Amino acid sequence: MSRATLDLWVGIFVTIGIAAILFLALKVGNLASVGSTPGYHLQAAFDNIGGLKLRAPVKAAGVVVGRVEQIRLDPQTYQAVVSMKIDRGFQFTKDTIASILTSGLLGEVYIGLDSGGDTKMLADGDRITKTQSAIVLEKLIGQFLFDKAAAGTAPTAGGPAPQPGAGSAAAGAAK
Amino acid sequence: MPVVETAAVSPTCPTEIAVRLTGVTFGYDRARPVLRGIDMTVPRGRLVAIMGGSGCGKTTILRLIGGQLRAQTGTVCVAGEDVGALDREALFALRRRIGMLFQFGALFTDMSVFENIAFPLREHTELQEELIRDLVLMKLNAVGLRGAAQLYPSELSGGMSRRVALARAIALDPMLVMYDEPFAGLDPISLGIVGQLVRRLNDALGITSIVVTHDIYESLKIVDYIYFVSEGRIIAQGTPDEVRASHDPFVRQFVDGQPDGPVPFHYPAKAIGREFASHVR
Amino acid sequence: MFADTIAGALRRVGAATLDSLARLGFAARFSVAIVMHLPGAFRRLSLTLREIYFEGVLSLVIILVSGLFVGMVLALQGYDVLTRYGANESLGILVALSLVRELGPVVAGLLFASRAGSAVTAEIGLMKTTEQLSAMEMMAVDPLARVVAPRFVGGIISMPLLASLFSTLGIFGAYLVGVRLIGIDAGSFWGNMQAAVDFRYDILNGFIKSVVFGIAVSAIAVFEGYNARPTAEGVSSATTRTVVASSLSILALDFVLTVFMFRGVGV
Repeated sequence: MSRATLDLWVGIFVTIGIAAILFLALKVGNLASVGSTPGYHLQAAFDNIGGLKLRAPVKAAGVVVGRVEQIRLDPQTYQAVVSMKIDRGFQFTKDTIASILTSGLLGEVYIGLDSGGDTKMLADGDRITKTQSAIVLEKLIGQFLFDKAAAGTAPTAGGPAPQPGAGSAAAGAAK
Repeated sequence: MPVVETAAVSPTCPTEIAVRLTGVTFGYDRARPVLRGIDMTVPRGRLVAIMGGSGCGKTTILRLIGGQLRAQTGTVCVAGEDVGALDREALFALRRRIGMLFQFGALFTDMSVFENIAFPLREHTELQEELIRDLVLMKLNAVGLRGAAQLYPSELSGGMSRRVALARAIALDPMLVMYDEPFAGLDPISLGIVGQLVRRLNDALGITSIVVTHDIYESLKIVDYIYFVSEGRIIAQGTPDEVRASHDPFVRQFVDGQPDGPVPFHYPAKAIGREFASHVR
Repeated sequence: MFADTIAGALRRVGAATLDSLARLGFAARFSVAIVMHLPGAFRRLSLTLREIYFEGVLSLVIILVSGLFVGMVLALQGYDVLTRYGANESLGILVALSLVRELGPVVAGLLFASRAGSAVTAEIGLMKTTEQLSAMEMMAVDPLARVVAPRFVGGIISMPLLASLFSTLGIFGAYLVGVRLIGIDAGSFWGNMQAAVDFRYDILNGFIKSVVFGIAVSAIAVFEGYNARPTAEGVSSATTRTVVASSLSILALDFVLTVFMFRGVGV
């Protein structure tokens, strides 16, 4: 094997190896869009975060605008405090509502942000005050049975199945 | 022979003597000493043989001289330097002046004959490619293998690879060349060629040679002086004429090739009557 | 009699302990010596390139073919399971995450150990057996710098490239089976994959794994070769030890690294 052939083969090997790394980084991992983009931090306290995990997406109108960075329990209020990093370029109003949602019945848990009509914007380190907790299925069913029982004795509230938001509020009320 | 060495001279190591071993003992483990007090002197320009049965510590002596092993007691002097006291740098500097022929040549199997001989030149000199080429072909010519430069070690016969290894050992024009069993496993013609080469190179290049071997006939033809080693000690020594005339029982056994004598035929064992009669009882 | 048996057993335990401690100390000294000689491997670049050829280029075929087939099988099996939950468009996520995080580095590492690691051990062991290393030492050339360091560095450079190629070919194989053969929508295959695979957490961590495995396999291979008993039997048992020890260390290191890298991170 001559030196030139050997060098050529090593050159080919290293080139396709690096091409593979680039393929993984760009085509599979989508380095361009995620990575360590600059952003700012927001906090929100929830009564219950359900199955929310670190690095879960934060979405506004279904578009990913950030990621969950930290989850901890506030020892005073017994609330879960979620810290999320929002990509720079997305601004949200002071009266934004943060809710914990699930995509589909078994899909991933994420945080949804719904902007309000306030003129002031949230800045780095601010806390979102309006939050909606996760739907806990067991509580929802319990509430539904309780309602049914109540309807049996006083047939006045035979309304439609509770909406997620309303259910959550009901669950909160049932506590 | 003029002495122009300016290396650090320790009082025990005279520079005018190529190799001197004084009271050297060595063992790979404490229970089994291989060498038990070797005294040996090799003057410059001489061709000296170390002879003895297999496994008597001959190769160990070469490794001590080359600094691959260190003596447990005693001193090993090479060209006026105490090998046991050298640090790594100084040892490597010394080794550049020593050539060694290994038992089966130890050629680098992934390089051609040419590259094998060029190896020490490329590693230790900054010579230009043309100059290296000339030097390598000169060395190959000296061993009669200039035509084999582009062959690989696997394509060489035993005698040829021994000669290539010889050319590699003298590539850097050493002052001392050590041969570990240069005659082992060679046919009579190759054996004669290698023997004559060892002698001729010794005289033509003015180098000192140490040959470790058990081939008594070839050695008596070419060497200046012979040391006989047995069980880690030097038990006889002399010039070839003295050896031929010697009445020492060990030397006679060795020279005449008798199976039994001071070197016993039997490995130490129980008395024969006790070993074989045990099942009769 | 009984006491003798116990004493004998204890002696054997003691001897084995001292033996392995001595071996450990020796391995540590050897590692330090290699690290000291690393700059030499870069100074003698042509030697290192040669080793990248023997360890990397010659392993290409087995790595590429295995990667392709592993990806294709993953796609078939994954599709079978995902269909039960009506989540077959998540096939891309399943394949990419398994390959990039685990299978790429681990399987490529195991193949690398048996293809290249064993060859390195056998080569160095044979050089030792035929006294080539001794000859080099006597020519005032340090075999650690001339023989061991280039092979070590060559392995460390080759391994991550091979692991990346394995993952890439695996994802390509899954694409062939999932999209071309089964008929999953190409857009959702790539789109879901890109949304779920994170560069830093998944790809970079997988890459780090492959570098660590490369270091482990190369170190074991050169150590076993350099310390093989200089006989035919010694070289063959050293080669076996290289494959066994590298495979076990890859799996053990993979567990440790996974615990530290992916703890507490949801998929």
